[in-house]
Amino acid sequence: MEEKSDVLSDLAARVPGAVLETSAPLGDLTIVIRPESLFEVAAALKDGPGGFATLLDLTCVDFPDRPDRFEMVYHFFALSGLRRLRVKLRLPASEPAVASLTPLWKIADWMEREAYDLFGVTFIGHPYLRRLFMNEEFVGHPLRKDYPWRKRQPVIPLRTP
Amino acid sequence: MGLNPFQAAWFTTTLNSMLGWGRKYSVFHYPYVTACCGMEYMSAACAHFDIDRFGFGWTRFTPRQSDLLLVVGTICQKQAPILRTVYEQMCEPKWVIAFGACAVSGGIYDNYAVVQGVDRVIPVDVFIPGCPPRPEMVLDSLVKLQKKIQKTDQDWRWKKKATS
Repeated sequence: MEEKSDVLSDLAARVPGAVLETSAPLGDLTIVIRPESLFEVAAALKDGPGGFATLLDLTCVDFPDRPDRFEMVYHFFALSGLRRLRVKLRLPASEPAVASLTPLWKIADWMEREAYDLFGVTFIGHPYLRRLFMNEEFVGHPLRKDYPWRKRQPVIPLRTP
Repeated sequence: MGLNPFQAAWFTTTLNSMLGWGRKYSVFHYPYVTACCGMEYMSAACAHFDIDRFGFGWTRFTPRQSDLLLVVGTICQKQAPILRTVYEQMCEPKWVIAFGACAVSGGIYDNYAVVQGVDRVIPVDVFIPGCPPRPEMVLDSLVKLQKKIQKTDQDWRWKKKATS
């Protein structure tokens, strides 16, 4: 727990007021931050005392009932201490946008394109924000909860068997 | 000229049957493998089950040289134009087998991305259900396809001249 409080105190010193909530479900520190301070928090984590130099995963969750509908989830990993850190931030339903982490981690490139493709979250500063999985002509974002689950958008006209 | 032998009914049916016999035992297949059913295709094609025993020996890795298209695995909407192009590259006569639940009906993937059965994209002759199908089912479907090839009204070079 000392290491965790180290991480938190370092964050509080370098990016004051960024952390909104902290918890530790199943032993992994989880922090909820203000969305506009994501880039500073990630940069502070990368060379901070926790040593969270690896971005493991980056994804989005859609909670249609919440006022801040989209929740971005970032998983960081410290190879030195074999520790994980979860960072969450909440984005509004209309035009969700957050800073891109591609200047810090190249791996964020495709993961952010995935979140853009499937959830419609815009990443400010991404070098090549384009759909990753779906075709370019696809309308909508299929992993949003309000996407009709039986809706199909064929690329070529399908035949009737 | 006298009697055109190619219009004689006995000769036509015999030639038809002979062509069917020849074609059903030399099917060159092209595996279009997109998913985990490919493992099951490999086990059916390799020495333990050995589809070569039934005349499906040659695996061709270009559709232009093959008679049978094995669609093995999930076909998503983005893949559908590629599959149709591959099918159109094959020369007549050609046959298609939908291999596994995903190719037959989309399988468990009833969602925005997956084509609900490859017969929405290309015509299919034999469907093999199963997730994945057992090699015995593959062999059974090959024998069924052979029966279908044997029964087909075969197309050959002089036939159109004789009928038109």
